[in-house]
Amino acid sequence: MPNPTATELVEIEINGEKFAGEQGSTILEIARENGIEIPKLCHMDQLEPTGACRMCLVELVDSGKLVTSCTHPAEDGMKVETDNERIHRSRKLNLELLLSNNTEVVDCDSDETRCEFSKLLKQYDVEVESYAGEKRNHENIEDNPFFKLDHDKCILCGRCVRACEEIRGRSAIDFVGRGFDTKIAPPLDRSLTEGTCQFCGQCVDACPTGALTSKMRIEKGDPTQVEKTSTVCTYCGVGCRMNVYTKDGEVVDVAPDPEAPANDIRICSKGRFGFDFVNRDDRLKQPLIKEKDEFREASWDEALDLVSEKLSEIKENHGSNAIAGLSSATCTNEENYLFQKFMRATVGTNGVDHCARLCHASTVAGLVRAFGSGAMTNSIGEIKDADTILITGSNTTESHPVIGLEVKKAVENGADLIVVDPREIDIAKEDATMYLRQNSGSDVAWIMGMIRVILEEGLWDEKFVEARTENFEEMREAAEEFTPDRVEELTGIDKKKLRKAARLYANADRGSILFAMGITQHSHGTDNVLAIANLAMVTGNVGKESTGVNPLRGQNNVQGACDLGALPNVYSGYQNVDLEENQKKFEDLWDVDLDPNPGLTVVEMIREAEKGNVNGMYIMGENPMVSDPDLGHVEKGLENLDFLVVQDIFMTETAEYADVILPAASFLETSGTFTNTERRVQHFDRALEPKGNSRPDWEIISQVSTRMGYPMKYGSADEITDEIADVTPIYTGITAERVANKQGLQWPCVTGDCTGTKYLHKGQFSRGLGKFHALHYREPAELPDGDYPFTLTTGRMYYHFHTRSMTGRSQGLDELVPEAYMEINPADAEALEVDSGDLVRVSSRRGEIEIKAKISDRVPSETVFIPFHFAEAAANRLTNSVLDPIAKIPELKVSAVNLEKVG
Amino acid sequence: MSEELNTKKTQVLSEDGVVKIMVCAGTGCQSSGSLEVFDRLQEEIDDLDENIKVGLLSDNGNEDINEVEVEISGCHGFCDEGPLVRVDPMGILYTNVVVDDVESIVEDTLKRGKLAEDLCYRSADGTLYAKEEEIPFYKGQRRLVLGNLGEIDPESIESYKETGGYNALEKALTDMTPKEVWGEVLNAGLRGRGGAGFPTGKKWQFTYEEDADQKYVIANCDEGDPGAFMDRSLTEGDPHRVIEGITIAGYAIEATKGFIYVRAEYPLAVKRVNKAIDDAYENGYLGEDIFGSGFDFDLEVKRGAGAFVCGEETALISSIEGRAGRPQPRPPYPAQSGLYGQPTTINNVETLGNVPMIIRNGSDWYSSIGSENSPGTKTFAITGDVANTGLIEVPMGITMREIIYDVAGGMDSDRDFKAVQIGGPSGGCLPEKHLDIPLGFDSLQEVGAMVGSGGLVVMDENSCMVNVAKFFLNFIQDESCGKCTPCRDGTKRMLEILERLTEGEAKPNDIDRLEELSHYVKESSLCGLGQTAPNPVLSTLRYFRDEYEAHLEGRCPAGVCFDHE
Repeated sequence: MPNPTATELVEIEINGEKFAGEQGSTILEIARENGIEIPKLCHMDQLEPTGACRMCLVELVDSGKLVTSCTHPAEDGMKVETDNERIHRSRKLNLELLLSNNTEVVDCDSDETRCEFSKLLKQYDVEVESYAGEKRNHENIEDNPFFKLDHDKCILCGRCVRACEEIRGRSAIDFVGRGFDTKIAPPLDRSLTEGTCQFCGQCVDACPTGALTSKMRIEKGDPTQVEKTSTVCTYCGVGCRMNVYTKDGEVVDVAPDPEAPANDIRICSKGRFGFDFVNRDDRLKQPLIKEKDEFREASWDEALDLVSEKLSEIKENHGSNAIAGLSSATCTNEENYLFQKFMRATVGTNGVDHCARLCHASTVAGLVRAFGSGAMTNSIGEIKDADTILITGSNTTESHPVIGLEVKKAVENGADLIVVDPREIDIAKEDATMYLRQNSGSDVAWIMGMIRVILEEGLWDEKFVEARTENFEEMREAAEEFTPDRVEELTGIDKKKLRKAARLYANADRGSILFAMGITQHSHGTDNVLAIANLAMVTGNVGKESTGVNPLRGQNNVQGACDLGALPNVYSGYQNVDLEENQKKFEDLWDVDLDPNPGLTVVEMIREAEKGNVNGMYIMGENPMVSDPDLGHVEKGLENLDFLVVQDIFMTETAEYADVILPAASFLETSGTFTNTERRVQHFDRALEPKGNSRPDWEIISQVSTRMGYPMKYGSADEITDEIADVTPIYTGITAERVANKQGLQWPCVTGDCTGTKYLHKGQFSRGLGKFHALHYREPAELPDGDYPFTLTTGRMYYHFHTRSMTGRSQGLDELVPEAYMEINPADAEALEVDSGDLVRVSSRRGEIEIKAKISDRVPSETVFIPFHFAEAAANRLTNSVLDPIAKIPELKVSAVNLEKVG
Repeated sequence: MSEELNTKKTQVLSEDGVVKIMVCAGTGCQSSGSLEVFDRLQEEIDDLDENIKVGLLSDNGNEDINEVEVEISGCHGFCDEGPLVRVDPMGILYTNVVVDDVESIVEDTLKRGKLAEDLCYRSADGTLYAKEEEIPFYKGQRRLVLGNLGEIDPESIESYKETGGYNALEKALTDMTPKEVWGEVLNAGLRGRGGAGFPTGKKWQFTYEEDADQKYVIANCDEGDPGAFMDRSLTEGDPHRVIEGITIAGYAIEATKGFIYVRAEYPLAVKRVNKAIDDAYENGYLGEDIFGSGFDFDLEVKRGAGAFVCGEETALISSIEGRAGRPQPRPPYPAQSGLYGQPTTINNVETLGNVPMIIRNGSDWYSSIGSENSPGTKTFAITGDVANTGLIEVPMGITMREIIYDVAGGMDSDRDFKAVQIGGPSGGCLPEKHLDIPLGFDSLQEVGAMVGSGGLVVMDENSCMVNVAKFFLNFIQDESCGKCTPCRDGTKRMLEILERLTEGEAKPNDIDRLEELSHYVKESSLCGLGQTAPNPVLSTLRYFRDEYEAHLEGRCPAGVCFDHE
């Protein structure tokens, strides 16, 4: 009888000992699985083997041939020697030759990749002069703000080239030239800034010699004397785990942590090169108190006393609801939990919110209604196995670069990709099977239109609908009005294309929808999200691996800030404040009386401040003076406050309006947990001491609270983590001890011993049955007209984050993209006689800005796009603060503007 | 000799009464003006009015003969003597023909049936040869693959068909299964002419046995050895033979798509093959349902980009895929995972040129030619210090001595023979004592050389072997793709040692280091280029070590090195 597993296994003899391995394994793989070390330089596990460096040569005993173990398949019965005199000599000679070109060797022996060559030289006792001769003399590559390629240290292993091509799909660098004169350079020897490079640093991280090194590290002296701390990036919701290298109290380098769960070994330009802001001298280092319109430094005691005194005074005179608080999606779970606890227990109001209101409030509102849970249904790692992906309203490759790479992987694996977006973004151009351009704000129409096609053509999943959902008939009836002809009229999407896209998605086995602010930031954002939920349910594309509805969260901890109750209507874990049992529960836990009425949302707080109904605000790590819609009114609101305390790391546009500024520690100077977009709670440690006299946010909140008569005595962030686990059902198993590893845990984690939840709604929805919603078409609140003939849409760009309070202070990122721009279609530019770089005055009913034009066919005619990051040409001077009635999210994605050339 | 020709006038006319004047349009002859000769001939013939033409030929007593055609031909290989003009059916070969000689050809040979003696080849001893086949250069040759060169118009599919062209394809497709086709080639013992000598039938078998929806076959015409032009001459001179060969190969391995990869420096070959492919499609020899057999085959030309290493199979594949031409480690072999990851056979064009005749005449016929382990013939580009340089085709098993002294007419001066470099930069230098080894893939390997693609450089006693080794290594170092350490950096350091030796600045242990590096580069390089790169050094070290040692002492026995000597 043949052994059923025998066909899949091979047995080879290594150094006289027999080992089994999987069929298709290389010699190197089997050797390593069995603890036999073979030296290598060009090989990296994440890259296709290439056999270039010849360090991993082993001898095939029968033929006497030397073969590269990284590429040579292990064949049954093969006999291999991995080390003998001949092999040793060959490797040593190899190293001698490599060294003979180098004028400089990085001498280091840490476990960093950049030390690999140095360590091998020592291991093989290589002398420098053995084959000395001509040395390559190429001009180093350093004409970019981020890193340097020092050819004198390069051994041409090509890992950088392959990392760029295979991991990033960019091919920004390659081998240039032939023979001895070969070098690594951008194709045609151009500058990196002119080519396809996105400065992600993947090449730097792959380099085994330190030839590629970040400039920050070089500038800080000996690049080998550094300390390493594993932490989590704060530049988007992906939650890339990364190692931060520090020296003398400063950040000197960043690299992806090889054990990262969400990002593997990838990270983007902002994460890789954008954390030098932590070192900056203009960090807030001492509390500031405003006197006669000027800030003066103050002691912590003085500042904290003043804050507690002023807030107590307002509470006493105007009631608790006259105080509102903005928590922060950049701060930790612990800090967000504590901030909402402070607002509710100490101040006594539910008036706490944060910028999720501006991004995914409608997602939470919509998906909770439809599914019972407002988060990504699947994990990032599942995206690559989807067979059909629908991306809408997400500029994935720029806003969530690592998720963008996963989508590219899926496409490489054969998935169909449908992109629906008013802008023909990179992923639409580079990877999409189908690109559909809808009129801004017409999403309910095309989504319901697709549903109608799917129903009409019998492509819906009857069994799923029957077993797992409710309210289907109402939805079906509502879908009737969305005939392809009407949809074409409303959305501008060709009806044949709509049909084709509908079929493509409906026929998916593993269909995954990714969306972001293009769907949510509308006066009908909740409807948009409900429409997406309808579409997923009608086709049964939810509740399975790689199959579901995936809102991509924008900020690093916007998921966590929501989870931990920095919202006016819920305690942590989405426990409604207006539910008596919840109120009781928290009153018992916190030992105070709590307000059963939901509080004000972000935009409402500002409006009420303008009206004089909100008198004091506590803003922690938010910058509404850039991020919120209709800045003219934000300005008035803030000015109208009796007392404003801002807690931040920099003097932001908002902090300028404060009466007291409390200097906070950056994330590198604190510890705690973040929850990324796939619901993964990740712990991180402190890498640096707080700058100057700044303090971690949770300490500051505790101190204010204690002074206001509600003592908070936490000895560490971990104690808060454990309190969260105690009071938050979906975080039950996420204790400080259990989450103190690099993998973290994905909520829901409802038992003390849970292992986390990879994807949601398996078997049944969080709310039981999935609920369909009958939706009708509503136009955006403000459409172009004769006075304001253009549609303005806003969003993010790759090199900057949020209000640039961090990226604008990162030297390299700021150097690369120092100023605002407006994307304008070539036809419109021609009509306005505007060239790229010309100043244009953009005005709306709410304000005007001047901004440089950037001619681009990404935007359709009569639509312009402005990234919202730049305070000096703030898109939000123009945007409309009209709210979605349910989620209270403003319509940041559609407003009407007029354009005039300046001068 | 001229007497004889004149007396045989009536016999030398062909039966259909056409006199064909074939002007060699190989690259060598073209560069010395053969196309101008062709134009002038054309004009002169056109100027003859019809009556005169008839009259002229009627003089020879043959009323039906009334046509003179001027055509171009492929390379005759006798490049030293070009431009060449052949007059058929007499088989006369005129050498060193310039425009001004056209008048004499028309007036003397055509009108008067007289030999233009001034244009005939004379050997060193003064003997005049009128007919091509009688010239000693051709006598020792066996021109099978190159058989049509010089005799047919490479731009005419009709011309190829007249020689039996595409019969083999028809036979393969209509009478044989793919398995029978590769079986026949395997039995014939045909081995790869690109250098390594791997059995072609076996290569086809491996690819045939792979299970895949799409397979490919590629003809390798990326000939890059310095001085070699066998593949070029074949592809320029008889493109349909290559097309027929690759189509048969495609059928044998069940590939429906083929590529002919031609090096960038061969524009004429590209032009001729493209024309030939168009004509083959038009005639139904390419495309769908060829010969009604149900076999579809598409073929296109891919141009190289000037890198020597692209002759290496995996680099060639990368190049066709639009990537930089850098080799990949094997396994996987192209037969398993080649072009676009599909099973692929790559054959040298000369190898494919052998295929039609194997199918036509059978494997027994083929294996009777040449030697037992290396059947068939081999083409060489012979150059150096011999009397006749050019393109030759000889049966395997012939000795180097016969090639040099019989075919090439011996040394071109009274200096003694010193060495023959065979196999280009990958080959080795053989001394006098090995000249009697019969030509074969294995026999040459045993003495440190290789058949290679077919470069043959004969050197007399004035050649310095250290300098020769340096020449080849310099070439290799320029052409190394730069991917693997041994080839990129190892050959560089070897070259530096050779430079030191030839400049009188060698260090005492340089020869030992050179030897060590040579072995290291040979056994640890990634691809064939690096693995064979040290051969010129190793073979010269083996046979001419004393010369190296002399250089170490500051002496160059041949008097080539050191400027001051």
